[in-house]
Amino acid sequence: MSNPFAELSATISPGLMQFYVVLMILLVVAGVILDMKHKQSAKYFFANAKKAQKSAKRTLSDGEKTSLAIKTLTSEVLTSSEFCNEDRRKSHLMTMYGFIFFVLSTAVLIFGYSDPETSTPFIWWALWHLGALSLCIGGYWFWFKIRVDVSSEGLPWNRVERADLFILSLLGTATFALLWSITGAMLFFGLFIISSTVLFGGVYWSKFAHMFFKPAAAHQKKITRADGSRENLPDEYDLTDAEVQKKFPDIPEYMGKNPPNMGLGIKREKPNHY
Amino acid sequence: MPTFVYMTRCDGCGHCVDICPSDIMHIDKTLRRAYNIEPNMCWECYSCVKACPHQAIDVRGYADFAPLGHSVRVLRDEEKGTIAWRIKFRNGKKDFDLLAPITTKPWGTGIPKIAELPEPSDDMRNSQLLFNEPKYVRMDDGDLNTLESNGLKLKEGVYY
Repeated sequence: MSNPFAELSATISPGLMQFYVVLMILLVVAGVILDMKHKQSAKYFFANAKKAQKSAKRTLSDGEKTSLAIKTLTSEVLTSSEFCNEDRRKSHLMTMYGFIFFVLSTAVLIFGYSDPETSTPFIWWALWHLGALSLCIGGYWFWFKIRVDVSSEGLPWNRVERADLFILSLLGTATFALLWSITGAMLFFGLFIISSTVLFGGVYWSKFAHMFFKPAAAHQKKITRADGSRENLPDEYDLTDAEVQKKFPDIPEYMGKNPPNMGLGIKREKPNHY
Repeated sequence: MPTFVYMTRCDGCGHCVDICPSDIMHIDKTLRRAYNIEPNMCWECYSCVKACPHQAIDVRGYADFAPLGHSVRVLRDEEKGTIAWRIKFRNGKKDFDLLAPITTKPWGTGIPKIAELPEPSDDMRNSQLLFNEPKYVRMDDGDLNTLESNGLKLKEGVYY
């Protein structure tokens, strides 16, 4: 139940640990900026938003935009509602919250309690370990079972692509952190530092930046639905509405005035035959 | 024009891969997003476009029903049992929606239970008619179907 960073301070000074944390934050910021510049994703994102605004059927007030932003936060960001696959959603929630608690408690443990003289509150010790554990459970579940390569394409779990840089460095960080805390072996500490440096320093080459652009994309999608531009998609009609029935007489003729819920058709089965 | 995938909207779920009759929608091994591996072999059946839960697949519509540069997008709603189309011209002036039923009964309830039907007799087996033929095509049941018997008239310029 001891703070692993307080024990480490005998070998590495707390100042150096704090410098490493700040360096990692700067690497993430630099990686995200370079990634945006390279892919020009921000440029195209705003160009698309402007194009969508042109075909908007009504203008949204600032209040409506704020309420949509709050909805994006509570729905997509906090509960990962954009995932159709429930298992993938659960695994994402475990890795996301595990990561947040792990990183937050690491910063608190290093900045607040890395001096062996001060006692570490139990809550931060527990959050650090539980965060890493949750990351491991969600991450390994994803790696061995949920990934499309393994679950559907029939590829072996040990086939590695550059796209796996994010998940593997994330798993490495959490796994080696736990092993280091349990065994106290410096080998695991070394591997923990290598994995976390790859994780935070590899933003430019990995999908780490998705935590910034996914909420932006989800918010923009909500705006296009609310202002009527709908990315040029047709409206979602209420089949019991008399106006809709008058405009599309096939609906009441073949389906009746109050059509039942038809349930799921092809979407009853998960796609796993390829 | 063959299908293409908006990579930022695709989440690699694989519905398009499952449904493609030409087996040309695949998941990219590096990016884990769907893509059309052989656009030449795509016959634009729109199956993947309709099956995609994120509307991440699009097809450029034919120039014979709208000038080039238009947008034709589709929304298949299984629970409502409808399909909606929206066709929008390049200049945005022509913008119209279509809505049609794709089922009249809940999915899976209208499947004929052929296994429960009585076995065909030897006469039926040796007959020129196929299973259910007299009943479904009414060759000898209620006389032949003609325009007159259905209360229709031959219209000039219409090919029957």
